[in-house]
Amino acid sequence: MAEHIIELKNITKSFGSIYALGGVSLHVDPGEVVGLIGDNGAGKSTLIKILAGVIKPTSGEIFINGELVNGWSPARSRAAGIETVFQDRALAVQQSIVRNIFMGRELAGPFGWLNLKKQISEAERLMREIGFTSKVFSPNSIVGQLSGGERQGVAIARAILKQANLIVLDEPTTALSLTETAKVFHFVRQVRASGRSIVFIGHNIHHVYDIAERFVVIDRGRVAMEKAKSEIGSAQELIEYMEEVARPQAAATGEVV
Amino acid sequence: MADVAKVAAAETSAPHPAQRPVRKFLFANRAALGSLAVFVVMLLIFFIANPRVFSSWGLYAAVLTTLPVALFMTSPLVFVVTSGEIDLSFPAVMGFSSLVFAFVVQAGFDPFLAIAAALIFGALLGFGVGALVVYGGLSSLVATLGMNFMLRGVILILTNSKSIAVPQLSDSLAFQITSTQVWGIPVQILWAVAFVLFCALLYNRHRFGAQVHVVGDNPDSANEMGINVNWTRVKVFAFMGVGAALAGVFSTMINFTWWPTSGDGYLLPVIASVFVGGTPPWGGIGTVLGGAIGALTVSFIQTGVVGAGLSGFYVQFFYGLIIILSLLGHRFNQVRYR
Repeated sequence: MAEHIIELKNITKSFGSIYALGGVSLHVDPGEVVGLIGDNGAGKSTLIKILAGVIKPTSGEIFINGELVNGWSPARSRAAGIETVFQDRALAVQQSIVRNIFMGRELAGPFGWLNLKKQISEAERLMREIGFTSKVFSPNSIVGQLSGGERQGVAIARAILKQANLIVLDEPTTALSLTETAKVFHFVRQVRASGRSIVFIGHNIHHVYDIAERFVVIDRGRVAMEKAKSEIGSAQELIEYMEEVARPQAAATGEVV
Repeated sequence: MADVAKVAAAETSAPHPAQRPVRKFLFANRAALGSLAVFVVMLLIFFIANPRVFSSWGLYAAVLTTLPVALFMTSPLVFVVTSGEIDLSFPAVMGFSSLVFAFVVQAGFDPFLAIAAALIFGALLGFGVGALVVYGGLSSLVATLGMNFMLRGVILILTNSKSIAVPQLSDSLAFQITSTQVWGIPVQILWAVAFVLFCALLYNRHRFGAQVHVVGDNPDSANEMGINVNWTRVKVFAFMGVGAALAGVFSTMINFTWWPTSGDGYLLPVIASVFVGGTPPWGGIGTVLGGAIGALTVSFIQTGVVGAGLSGFYVQFFYGLIIILSLLGHRFNQVRYR
């Protein structure tokens, strides 16, 4: 069996006395699209922030290519080829597009002086690649002037700057227009075709069903279900299952089934 | 119809107006250019008020001797403000570093060694202040205010509030190359201009400057992208310390005396310079060159008001007027993105 790109084992995270995650295990294999779904507050975003190194887990282990890592951090995560497009896009809106794309990995010489020309030409290439064709914007445009979809484009351009092994998209279609959503799906298929992996987090189960090959349902800090697409008949079946997962909560407050 | 098509074609083939070089330059430097306009208008008013005084070089030479001290602190303070913090402790750091400088010179060591000692000491003090603010999780406004009092207190305790005369500086090589005049131009200003240009490059074309911008703009995003936010902030404070130490050395060189109050008078003018220069107080953006022009404006007010024939009582009023007018100007010259 090929090694997992990344594997999280028994991850727990508590904020004070509240458990956001109570022992979640998750892995991603090379070249697969994993759909991570769950209700609001299920712990999806906490999980991917742990994946990105932004939040430190209370307990649990992280393996990269089968090797246990210590001192997991955002820099380590990016160095391991994991790029995350956060739900809030994680952009510095007063800065130029090019500065956002190279945030945290500026192209610089040995003394730290930036190679601005190369950054701009790279940014132009990336913007073309993701279909940023507007003449109104240049890499020097300020991100604050862009629309939601365009900002998402900048965040995605940043994620594909280096040949990442795994791209994590947290609710990438929220607040996007239909054409922009279509662009994001097109992008996911492109990445998939190039043999890289994707973790796709979404509310819209139809969206996730269309695009993912394996589904992980998170419910109240635990993995409630993990199934390949072949084991599920249709999006409708997945939705019915999600409703079923939500039901025990209602039952617990009422009568014991 | 054909005309419309032609216009449309011309528009698509030519770069967008915002991309034309002149427009781009104006847009990218509009804050600095705005402060330059304020300075020019102010100078013009002074000149009209008293053409005789304002056409003599002596007045400008006097300003150019003291302005460098402010410039060495204004530029690093732009970094501090851009990173989303403020530093009110630089006057005491300036006083303390120049005390080290004066001590080492008085002890008979070479002034160059004394300069090195002052710079290292300033960097360490700045580092300490930064570490306290950042790792202590304190408000930089309050914590650096406290540090300013405390460091000044230590200076007074150590020296019994006595000044230190270092006349031996006058025939040292260090003095010759930092603080004499060449063709009537004070050499200090050349060093200060070089420092400002270095800071401007560091700010706009160096990884450090880029990360300072991002950290001040959105610290959460900077962290998520693997930038060490805390360490970047500490480095900014250490850099401020180096600037304050340079200012201290140059101010001691002016009249070969270290005063226990050294640096105190710079607190408000230097802070005002940063904002008059067009760096907004909310962090994320700023301008080093604008800050330098702001310092020029602020340091000219006193000389200008007296030179224009008004009594010294008008100085404070004009300080306030210029600050408020500049802020209003920048308010309309700059959009805030969120």
